[in-house]
Amino acid sequence: MDISHRIVLHFPRRLVDQPIVCSLVLDYGLRFNILKAQVTPEEEGLMVMELWGEEESYQKGVDYLARIGLKIQPLSHDIRRDEEKCTHCGACVVLCPSGALVVDPETRRIDFHHEKCIACELCVKACPPRAMEVCF
Amino acid sequence: MKTIEEINHRIKKGKVVVLTAGEVKKLARKEGTKEMANKVDVVTSGTFGAMCSSGAFLNLGHTSPRIKMGGGKVYLNDVPAYTGLAAVDVYLGATALPDDDPRNKDYPGEFRYGGGHVIEELVRGNNVRLSATGYGTDCYPRKRLERDIDLKTMGDAILFNVRNACQNYEVGVNLGDRPIYTYMGMLKPHLGNANYSTAGELSPLLNDPYYKTIGLGTRVFLGGGIGYVAWHGTQHHPEVLRGENGVPRSPAGTLALIGDLKQMSREWLRGVSFRGYGATLTVGIGVPVPILSEEVLNYTLVRDEDIFAPVIDFSEAYPQGKDEVLCEVSYAELGSGKIQVGEVEVPTASLSSYFKADEICHILKGWIEEGRFLLTPPSAPLLGVESGVRFGHNP
Repeated sequence: MDISHRIVLHFPRRLVDQPIVCSLVLDYGLRFNILKAQVTPEEEGLMVMELWGEEESYQKGVDYLARIGLKIQPLSHDIRRDEEKCTHCGACVVLCPSGALVVDPETRRIDFHHEKCIACELCVKACPPRAMEVCF
Repeated sequence: MKTIEEINHRIKKGKVVVLTAGEVKKLARKEGTKEMANKVDVVTSGTFGAMCSSGAFLNLGHTSPRIKMGGGKVYLNDVPAYTGLAAVDVYLGATALPDDDPRNKDYPGEFRYGGGHVIEELVRGNNVRLSATGYGTDCYPRKRLERDIDLKTMGDAILFNVRNACQNYEVGVNLGDRPIYTYMGMLKPHLGNANYSTAGELSPLLNDPYYKTIGLGTRVFLGGGIGYVAWHGTQHHPEVLRGENGVPRSPAGTLALIGDLKQMSREWLRGVSFRGYGATLTVGIGVPVPILSEEVLNYTLVRDEDIFAPVIDFSEAYPQGKDEVLCEVSYAELGSGKIQVGEVEVPTASLSSYFKADEICHILKGWIEEGRFLLTPPSAPLLGVESGVRFGHNP
């Protein structure tokens, strides 16, 4: 059975130049979607990604990450949209850095693609009807 | 040529032909305007955006013993209402804030709860806490009152918005070097974004730019119920520069709207908060345009690419009251997600919902088709271009 999780990876300085994500794909057959990444040479790195694949492979992949010295955390909080509150204005769209909040070009409805959300919270306070909520 | 009476007759017989403002433009690509003007009876327009000059007159009912709140103080869920009226009439404005709201002391303030939110709670059927003080008179001896009230138990509740449905609006940008928090939302520095606010080609006064059919007494969809045009709105400014199609190139006409709050709904009256600016009310409005002639029909065929709005710098020109326009852009460009300001490509956001405006057009269309909504001829026209009315600045 396939599973999918959104996780935060902390790279120690010694590992930032290693092709680690590549190993997840080649050695463990996992798929990934990078939501946010800040990995610069000679510094500690941070990456938020959605990772999915077979449950067993997933577990093996995550074990591999831990073994080589990455710190792994689940994405600690999540952003939800209260559908009843949303007025579909679009104030959030220009603030969303990951393309999770977009205007449907046909209907001009505001769509929230939860899987693209990096939980940066920029939309939360900018939302006039306060429809975007942080869940812990 | 048709009359409103003839259209109402067709509504009653179930033979009326109604198109939404969106639909009529699509049909115009296939059919000639002459046949369309004969066939189509009504075009429904709509808008759903934050409108600060909104609020409600509330009659809070008499108690035993009686209290004269007029000249005293009244709070509804801690939000102050205006009491300079008779004993138990108050006006609750959309932007009113609790006395203890920190406002912009902790900049940018959140403004999570204000008059607009109280109005939304009332139309939801929720109780709100009334807290009133009066100075006591021989006929109104009580000096304090604390109780829960709701919309049902109020004497009257009349939504009366003195400026709604602005005909065209500015586009806000920020040329400065820090983020600013405005009534046009958060504007990122160095042209980080451009915010606009109208439903464009669906918007009521853009479908009847010269107010040929919309006038005093026009029956409308207001906040999910039925309302009326009471007067031209404040800052009604018909004499601005217009394009060849009659569409104003900057904010022009406005409507003052009135209606019974008790029959309105939460879906179309929403308390909203603009960070760093304040609290307000998002209002849903739908206006029927009776297609009395080919000329009236032609106005309803206006497209987003034919409607232009001025781009204004909210870091300097707007706050300083300078009439400086950076450029003009069409609503088609704004709707595409980006506009060009000089050399810079700027992403756009709308503060008014085109999607919900279209929904209002469809709801109003349904009401008319079902015979639940008859059109009213205006008792008097709105002040038009010929009136010479100008809304001016004082130094």
